[in-house]
Formats: sequence, structure tokens, C-alpha cells
Amino acid sequence: MPKGIWIFVEQAAGKIRKISFELLSQGRKIADQTGEPLVAVIIGEKVANLAKEAAEYGADKVYLLDSPQLAQYTTGAYTSVLTKLLRNEEPQAFLMGHTALAKDLAPRLAQRLGVGLASDIIDIEVNQEKFLLFKRPVFTGSAFSFVEILTKPLLATVRAKSFVASEPDPTRQAEVIEVAAEIDPGDLKVILKDVALIVTSRPALTEADIVISGGRGMKAKENFTILEDLADVVGAAVGASRAAVDSGWIDNQFQVGQTGSIVAPTLYIACGISGAIQHIAGMGASKVIIAINKDPDAPIFNVADYGIVGDLFEVVPLLTEEFKKLVNE
Amino acid sequence: MNIVVLMKQTVDTEAKIVLNSDGKIDTNGVTLVINPLDEYAIEEALRIKERLGGEVTIVTLGGDQATAAVRSALAMGADKAVQINDPALGEVDEGMAATILAKAVQTLPHDIVLAGVMDTDNGSAQVAVRMAEKMELPSISSVTKLDIDESLATAKRVIDGGLATLEVTLPAVITVVQGINEVRYPSVAGIMKAKKKPLTVLKLSDLGLDASNLAVQAKVLKFTLPIPRQGGKKLPGEPAEAASLLARLLREEAKVL
Repeated sequence: MPKGIWIFVEQAAGKIRKISFELLSQGRKIADQTGEPLVAVIIGEKVANLAKEAAEYGADKVYLLDSPQLAQYTTGAYTSVLTKLLRNEEPQAFLMGHTALAKDLAPRLAQRLGVGLASDIIDIEVNQEKFLLFKRPVFTGSAFSFVEILTKPLLATVRAKSFVASEPDPTRQAEVIEVAAEIDPGDLKVILKDVALIVTSRPALTEADIVISGGRGMKAKENFTILEDLADVVGAAVGASRAAVDSGWIDNQFQVGQTGSIVAPTLYIACGISGAIQHIAGMGASKVIIAINKDPDAPIFNVADYGIVGDLFEVVPLLTEEFKKLVNE
Repeated sequence: MNIVVLMKQTVDTEAKIVLNSDGKIDTNGVTLVINPLDEYAIEEALRIKERLGGEVTIVTLGGDQATAAVRSALAMGADKAVQINDPALGEVDEGMAATILAKAVQTLPHDIVLAGVMDTDNGSAQVAVRMAEKMELPSISSVTKLDIDESLATAKRVIDGGLATLEVTLPAVITVVQGINEVRYPSVAGIMKAKKKPLTVLKLSDLGLDASNLAVQAKVLKFTLPIPRQGGKKLPGEPAEAASLLARLLREEAKVL
């Protein structure tokens, strides 16, 4: 009896994250190919209403772990409940988004289950012999490795934007199974004291369809407002190069690059960014790249689909006006 | 405070990656460095030692060439190092590395174990957390601020969209991200002193392990190189013309707006 392709449906504040829709959609395709059910796992408090949405994106079955003890993510509690569930149900594969949560959870879970884990994968090959083969960037995107996991369940974390979310089908239904959350007391050694979320109307860097980043050429912290103005016209996220972060103009968490966030939006606009390898590693997989830079020899132009050689303080506000016209059309 | 830092030697991120005739990553002639994220862990360890006293021990898994990275860490100010170097090891996956490192760390006094959240070669962000699980230690990942008060560690962890504050009673494993501190450069005196600092080189048998009992679970079948991105067109004209042209091209040609 096939045990299924399982997807960890990550929610934040009661909303399913975009990466999970991408995974459910791709998981549906894989499940159809391998002839297995697609199973969603939802963890949190008061999250039962999310099962319907998981079904609409392709899940045949939903396991629901709903408990006040699971309201906020902690490594121990999530590892505890998932280990029990995966041991009992023995799925073929368990896929998670490569989010901050899963980056912490997946290795802990893999080690407890005693299995291999393919982290931060960007593609999945369905293969008769190997079942699933995972492609992942290594050497900060300078090469790819193809990884076979020799243990079951196949565990992998998937980079955001690697797959496209399909349109939900409101007629789809799933069987919902509620699972009691049993957490081992030994798993509660780390105490969560506080969660401080930055209130923003902009999308997360890794999830945004458009990312607008500033580099050394921004010259000062307050100048980022011109990027924000442009971003808000098209619902984009604002990022930065390491140079801008190191200059203290913008917080670390907005850094795009090999030691910051790796992004792959549909459109990436680099403003006053020279294009160091460190930065290219973080955005080189974007679909379309625009570079705005005073220096015609800046390496960023070697990877940009469209470049404007010019003063960003002149060009960016003009672009904001042009984008406004497009949006209003 | 007994502080252990897990360190890995990695390829300089500016290096050009090529494949050799076996289809493996060719590291010949490539500059090797301390994994940049581990440098933050070493720096954090030194700062904890400067505040609270104690000893910083570097633990690394790597071949002969990794000794250079160990010496660099000692030059930064770490007190001693343990290097597991065994030619019997072939391909090592994250689970194997965690098993080996856990054995090595268990032989050392450890109140806190620090490591970079990932290494820039493999980028998997698994080994330190797996090692914590193997040692039945709690862990906090992706830490951007760490305070230690006697045996209580308070950490700010980067989560999607913000920060979480967590507390744990030591011993614990902490992985750090860029931004937690500014890494110092080794001084000339530090480099000189590093040559005399104790470096213990261990084989798997010294840790009660046998390569034949360590199995790869995540097997790399092949490597490929990305197709380099081609530069496109620079748009001509005055800024206003170029901006207008760009907006039109994004809609009509690239179809992304």
C-alpha cells in the first residue's frame, strides 16, 4: 500500500505560507506520477480551517496537529509530534519548505528518525529506479549536486520559488485526520520567551515576485525610501547588498547574498549594486534582472537582462512613475 | 566556561568552481578558508571567553589541508584544537559528520557548542543540529544575539519576518548567522602563538569509530555547473527615456509586469 508523498504545510499566524502551496502543487504532480496519495501535515493552534485550503491545492488527506502547545514553533515540540507521526505512518517522502523553521526542524527530525536529508533543494527528478532525486545548489550556487536519499522517508527541504503553485480547485476534498499532540517532556528544554515580528505591508524577500535591492550606491540609510516608493507601486520586497548592510543602512535580515537570503523572484532590480560574487549568488536565479548603476563596467551588468547606466537617484524615481502608469493601465 | 566551536574549512566563495575529469569539484589551486559563518562562531566564542573566562576549543573534520584553517582559528585566539583526519573516510554526509563530531565533542568538556548555521560549500545547515540530537543536547539555530548568564543562555533567533527570543540551560548547541558580531583579524602575535598551541589529530579509531560502520544516507550522484547568465542590453538614452523604455520592455518583451 503506497504511503504517500507528504507535505509539511507551514503556517504563520493562521495563514498557509506561499512555499507550502508551491510544494502541494508540485507534490500533486509527483503523487500522480508515482501513483500515491498526497498528504498534508498541518501543525499549530486553531488551524483546522486550513485543511480545506490544503485540499484545494491537491492534498488527498490532511493530518492535523492542533494544540495550544503547538501554537508557536519550537524545535522540540514539533520534532516530538512529527517523529511519532512519521514513524507510525511511514510515508515515502516528507517535503518541507527551506524556511527558517524547517532549516532548524528538518535536521533535528532527520537525525531522530535516523535518515538522510536533502536540504535546500531546487528540483526533484522522478526516477523509476531511484524514486526521487534531488537537485541542490552547492558552493553558493556555483555548482549543483544531485542527491539520492538512501533511507525512508525521503526527507527534503525545498527552496522557495523552485516550483509554481497551481490554481486551487475549490471542489477538491480531503480526508482530515486529527492527531493528538503528544510531546515528550525531554523535548521542552528550550523555552520560547518572545516572538517579535516586524510589521510590514511588503512581502517576505524569499516569497516576493519582485525584489528591489540597494547597494553601496544608495549612499545613506534615508535614501532607501526611494526604493520603498518603487517597491510599494508593484508590491515588491526591498533587499540590500552586503555593502549596504555593513554600512548600517539597512538591517541584516534584508541582505540578499550567499550569507543572507537567496532569492529567485520573477523580477530583480539591483540599484547601485556592483555585483560581487557574494551578491550574484543570492539573486542569480531570478527570472529577469535589471541593473541600475553609474559605472558602465560594474559586473552586475554581466548578469542583468536590462541595464541602465545612470544615477539611481535620477532613474529610480522616474521608474516609479513609469511603473505607476503601467499599474494603472 | 568550556566553549567548543565546530569549524569547517571551505572553498573561498570568490573561487571559480570547476569539475575534474571524475565529475567531482576540483579543489586544486583553489583558496581554502575558514567557513565564513564559522568565523562568526569563533568570534562569539572568543567574546564569551573574554567576558566569562574559560577555554575555546576548535573541533574540525577534515584532511591534511584543513590544518591551515585550524591554525587560523588558533591565531584568532582559540586555545586548542581537535582535528579528526582519517584517510579511511570517503564521502561524508551530514549524518556521518554529526556522528563523528559528536564523539569528538563528547571527549571534551563542553558548556556550549557554537557553529556557523551552515557551511558555504555544502550549504545544508544540518551538521550542528544533527550533532546536538546525537548528543541529546538542546539547540537554537540561526542566532543573531547571544547572552550568557551563568548557565542560562538567552538567544535571539532569526525567524521568517522577525526574531524569536529563546532561553536554554547549558549545555546547548547554538548556530550563528552573519551579523551576530564583527570578526576580528588575527594579530601577528596571534599568528606566532598559534603555531605553539595544542592541536590534537585523531583517527576514527581514537573515537571508537570505524569507517566501515558509518554509512552515507544522502549520496551525491553527480555534480553539474550552472549555465552562466548572459548580460543583456544596456538601454540607451537619457534617464527619462531609458526608464520609459525599460517599463515597456518589462511589460511587452519580458512580460513580468
